[in-house]
Amino acid sequence: MTENRPKIRIRGLVKRFGKKVVLNGVDLDIGYRESVVIIGGSGTGKSVMLKCILGLLAPEAGSIQVDGEEVVGARRAVRERISRKIGMLFQGAALFDSLSVWENVAFGLIQAEGMGGAQARKIAEEKLAAVGLGKEVAILSPAELSGGMKKRVGLARAIATNPEVIFFDEPTTGLDPIMSDVINDLVVKSVKELGATALSITHDMASARKIAHRIAMLHAGRIIWAGPVAAIDHVDNAYVDQFIHGRAEGPIKMEVRA
Amino acid sequence: MGFLAAVGRIFLHFLEAIGRVTRFTGTALFHCAVPPYYLAHVGRQMLEIGYFSLPVVGLTALFTGMVLALQSYTGFARFSAEGAVATVVVLSVTRELGPVIAGLMVAGRIGASMAAEIGTMRVTEQIDALSTLSTDPFKYLVAPRLIAGLTMLPLLVLVADIIGVFGGYLVGTYKLGFNPATYLKRTEEFLEAMDVISGLVKAGVFGFIISLMGCYHGYHSRGGAQGVGAATTDAVVSASILILVFNYAITEIFFAK
Repeated sequence: MTENRPKIRIRGLVKRFGKKVVLNGVDLDIGYRESVVIIGGSGTGKSVMLKCILGLLAPEAGSIQVDGEEVVGARRAVRERISRKIGMLFQGAALFDSLSVWENVAFGLIQAEGMGGAQARKIAEEKLAAVGLGKEVAILSPAELSGGMKKRVGLARAIATNPEVIFFDEPTTGLDPIMSDVINDLVVKSVKELGATALSITHDMASARKIAHRIAMLHAGRIIWAGPVAAIDHVDNAYVDQFIHGRAEGPIKMEVRA
Repeated sequence: MGFLAAVGRIFLHFLEAIGRVTRFTGTALFHCAVPPYYLAHVGRQMLEIGYFSLPVVGLTALFTGMVLALQSYTGFARFSAEGAVATVVVLSVTRELGPVIAGLMVAGRIGASMAAEIGTMRVTEQIDALSTLSTDPFKYLVAPRLIAGLTMLPLLVLVADIIGVFGGYLVGTYKLGFNPATYLKRTEEFLEAMDVISGLVKAGVFGFIISLMGCYHGYHSRGGAQGVGAATTDAVVSASILILVFNYAITEIFFAK
């Protein structure tokens, strides 16, 4: 029954900041255990969409359902229940500076699930091992980590509570190509092992091709194309074609402001 | 018309800001009252606000008491009222200077650090990360700081009162030649419980204001390092102004005839 409806269902999502309309009627379905990547230029509202699903931003109109439960306008208890299903890897990892690496990874286990410190640390070390980091890293502070290590710790934190849904916000931004590929492999592995649904946003087409089952392109506040990853190179859509080939010339005009 | 429109816009922005601060305060108070409580965080903030502010507040209070004794003596000598120095020092310190000086010093030290810390967490998405980890940022970040500010500033001011009066005593006895026993007798002779209590009430309000402004401006900071810098400045300036405004209001409540 539940397998027939999408894990996440977005309809007519509108989000404005002042007079600027960022999302202007987004429709998107993400199936159970499906990995969908949203592509689109900077400032097209990809992160805003994720934050609306997480309940961090309130949209002006539209509907977002996770497992059939409405997120928009939901009461605190419902929002908390939904947010427990979701793990997120932030663009800059967003590790808590005041906590050690293992405390970062164990944060959700201790705060949300009320797990004891010793057990949470054991699980945190297992999750760190799953992303290729040893026990010696567990006691370091986030300030002592490289960009790639921070992403790995952020990924370990995102998967620590075994979430049903994982969001990846620009998982490879700022990393060299080799480290980007390592992170992509970890993303694929983590999603597969957890049997999770994944929603990622990225500019990196190599990353999108590797981690997605399906790709959707966001432009001018709407999803202008969505389809299987294999189809993206044969799409008869000038916007998608320009974006995936990274051409300056085409229908997408970049806003250049002082 | 253009001028009137500009004035109107400023007034509307002002009202909007009051509304936002009021809403923030209401949400913060709700989270102070409703569990779960992060007691370890409350303890850490108490240590930060109370214990680590002691040197700067103590030093400021000491020199304030000393200069007050000196100024009162030289001023009062013009109409042969030097004997009132001890009374003036103790009343000024307990009623006004203790809470206000401590409040302003803590606003500079703690208000700025709260705004910078929470502001950095905001611009690096750490506050969003808290929410995704099923932890309410108000409960985790704001409530412990408000509770710590409200409870620790009265204790700081009590210490500042004692050190300030002691500063006056040092100058009075060693420099101005007052008899120590007479100075102490004059100090306690006209001091009433309400003088100290009013100062401690002020301190509690000031502590709440400092934490509230630090958290509010940090929580709403935007735009990277520049935004965090602006939030830090706004936190200190707004807390300092509010301390002076509320100082008058509380004095009016306690002492106006």
